Amino acid sequence: MDGSLGFSPGQVSTQAMKASNRVVILGALSAIATAAARIYAREGAVLMLAARNAERLKALAADLKARGAVQVEIAAMDLEAEADNAATHLADWSARMGGIDHIHLVYGYLGSQPEASASRAELSRIVTSNFTSAVHWCEAAANVLRTQKHGSLVAVSSVAGDRGRQSNYAYGAAKGGLALFVQGIAHSLAGTGARAVAVKPGFVDTPMTDGLKKGGPMWASADQIGKSLRRAADRGGPIQYAPGKWRLVMAIIRSVPAFVFHKTKL
Amino acid sequence: MTGPFLPDSTLTSWGRVVRASHQVAKPRFGDEVGGLLRQLSAEQPGLPVGLRRSYGDSNLNPDGRVIDMTALDRIISFDRETGVMRAEAGLSLSQALQVLVPAGWFLPTTPGTRFVTLGGAVANDVHGKNHHAAGTFGASVTRLMLLRTDGQAQEIGPGDPIFHATVGGLGLTGVIAWVEFRASRIPSASLDAEDTSFERVEDYFDIAAEKKNSFEHTMAWVDCSTGGAKLGRGILSSANWSPHAELTPHAEQARRNVPLDAPGFTLNALTVRAFNSVRHELKRMRYGPYRTHYEPFLYPLDGIAHWNRLYGAQGFYQYQCVLPPATARDGTVALLKAISASGQGSPLAVLKDFGPNPAVGMLSFPMEGTTLALDFRNQGERTLRLMADLDRIVAEAGGRLYPAKDGRVPAAMFQAGFPKWQDFRAYVDPGLSSGFWRRVSG
Repeated sequence: MDGSLGFSPGQVSTQAMKASNRVVILGALSAIATAAARIYAREGAVLMLAARNAERLKALAADLKARGAVQVEIAAMDLEAEADNAATHLADWSARMGGIDHIHLVYGYLGSQPEASASRAELSRIVTSNFTSAVHWCEAAANVLRTQKHGSLVAVSSVAGDRGRQSNYAYGAAKGGLALFVQGIAHSLAGTGARAVAVKPGFVDTPMTDGLKKGGPMWASADQIGKSLRRAADRGGPIQYAPGKWRLVMAIIRSVPAFVFHKTKL
Repeated sequence: MTGPFLPDSTLTSWGRVVRASHQVAKPRFGDEVGGLLRQLSAEQPGLPVGLRRSYGDSNLNPDGRVIDMTALDRIISFDRETGVMRAEAGLSLSQALQVLVPAGWFLPTTPGTRFVTLGGAVANDVHGKNHHAAGTFGASVTRLMLLRTDGQAQEIGPGDPIFHATVGGLGLTGVIAWVEFRASRIPSASLDAEDTSFERVEDYFDIAAEKKNSFEHTMAWVDCSTGGAKLGRGILSSANWSPHAELTPHAEQARRNVPLDAPGFTLNALTVRAFNSVRHELKRMRYGPYRTHYEPFLYPLDGIAHWNRLYGAQGFYQYQCVLPPATARDGTVALLKAISASGQGSPLAVLKDFGPNPAVGMLSFPMEGTTLALDFRNQGERTLRLMADLDRIVAEAGGRLYPAKDGRVPAAMFQAGFPKWQDFRAYVDPGLSSGFWRRVSG
């Protein structure tokens, strides 16, 4: 580790110097984020967990420490509101951890399409949560990665972002936009050694999808997606589907002509 | 955010006999449980459940509400020096081992499957192959947090009467929020083991008595299909922790999976007989001591995910009893004779001696003596009649059945087998109930 990271020695534990990775997780209390965090913990990482609920973050931090994380910091905040200060937060967290290797953006809001069509507030919320606030965090992360020329940004998008569909086009558009944005960041990082990935999960069994009928071969567990995020941090292209079979499924969905697709209620 | 209770018609226990619909809530954070409990009442009771490895109806509340605790799986603290772990009740033993083993610790005792939650381990006061050495899981629990439907939250421990109702209490005294227990030191993740075969079940008892003096873990596989002179031939496996290996935990993924219900004839009597004979011969060829990782020795079936599907869509019953020392030998012979004569062969029969360790819970199953555990494919009336015949043998021998395995024991037999059941009843939370409890307490 070179000395140009700008941290003061007293803030970083000697254990952190030997840590496997220094990881920021935005939206750490989600099921998928917890699954990814546990993988990092097992590897002996330094973690910075950001989410709204301080008590729940403390409980997660204790769990991750027991599972092997060498250091766990928490930041209780509204990530949507704090997106304007993303650069400041990342700099502060980098100082506390002795640097940043991976940034995972996992937070989002599914919302309801019928409500979004009826209410400007709901539509705004879907777009702000999943796109507007998220791109500010992503760009701040990209700037960190551009400077240090190593590490990765992994943002969670969705297969819903592959085609506008009547059942969730507000959510889909926001998530699709986020994927495009991260794809652009990946291009801008080419040749630097740093990377960016938008991971697109299909149906995942988490609290966010509790309103849907679950079960069957198209449903994945939060643990599976956590593994996908962990892998994306190290390798692979800028758009990754989780599980991988969704790449083919969505290629088909995208290619169905409108006159056929419009007969469905998908 | 607290979710509501959502309908789910797929919830079953491990035996997959009872098919009923439930309304399920799955809290993700401990602070959500109180709100769910407030929605339960004597008119609309609920039941906390874990990984649903109990076979019968002790982990089901047919047509009622269920709180799925499996997302409450966070470790709260673990002291690597003392081995004391405190964790949310939904943490599985499998996950606990991932943290314990590399630090040189193991579960103080473990059932034959690691896919059981801490809450389930306490609620069934589970036992393992080292019962004569370590007692039941409840014996290692130092404290736990119990939440009741009236809003009470109590931290309880040994000495508190409600603790002794909650250990073995099948989830009926309240929701266990977290469990603190003392793990046991291990020198490595491997066991030094040896197998001793016996030609008939009468020989088991002498061999078992001898082995338990020098081995921590002992259990026997028994062939229930042969009658006559070879009745109950089997193999007794004994093991101690090996000092000569690494502290490598098991791999999380099962090695094989049964993705669909097997057709019903897969496990009929002829196949079972052949299966057992082959296994008997193969195992007998392993002469002398051998070293093995704990995984295949302690968790033989966990390597096959969903093995219960091998029994087909009808599901299966588990029958596990314990007989006191005075009647164990004759009683076990009588049980095996009845099973062999019925032709309803069970490929999976286990014999184990329990030690005289005092029971921790009012409904704790193990008592000094010998336990026999068997599977029966669900063939409807004839299976129920066979188990009723076995009940008579067990009752006459002064034994009892294991609630974690049971799905049909009549109330009278349960009450006779657990003399403290009336004491236990006083601690049942009025807002909690299960299929098992309604059947045996009526």
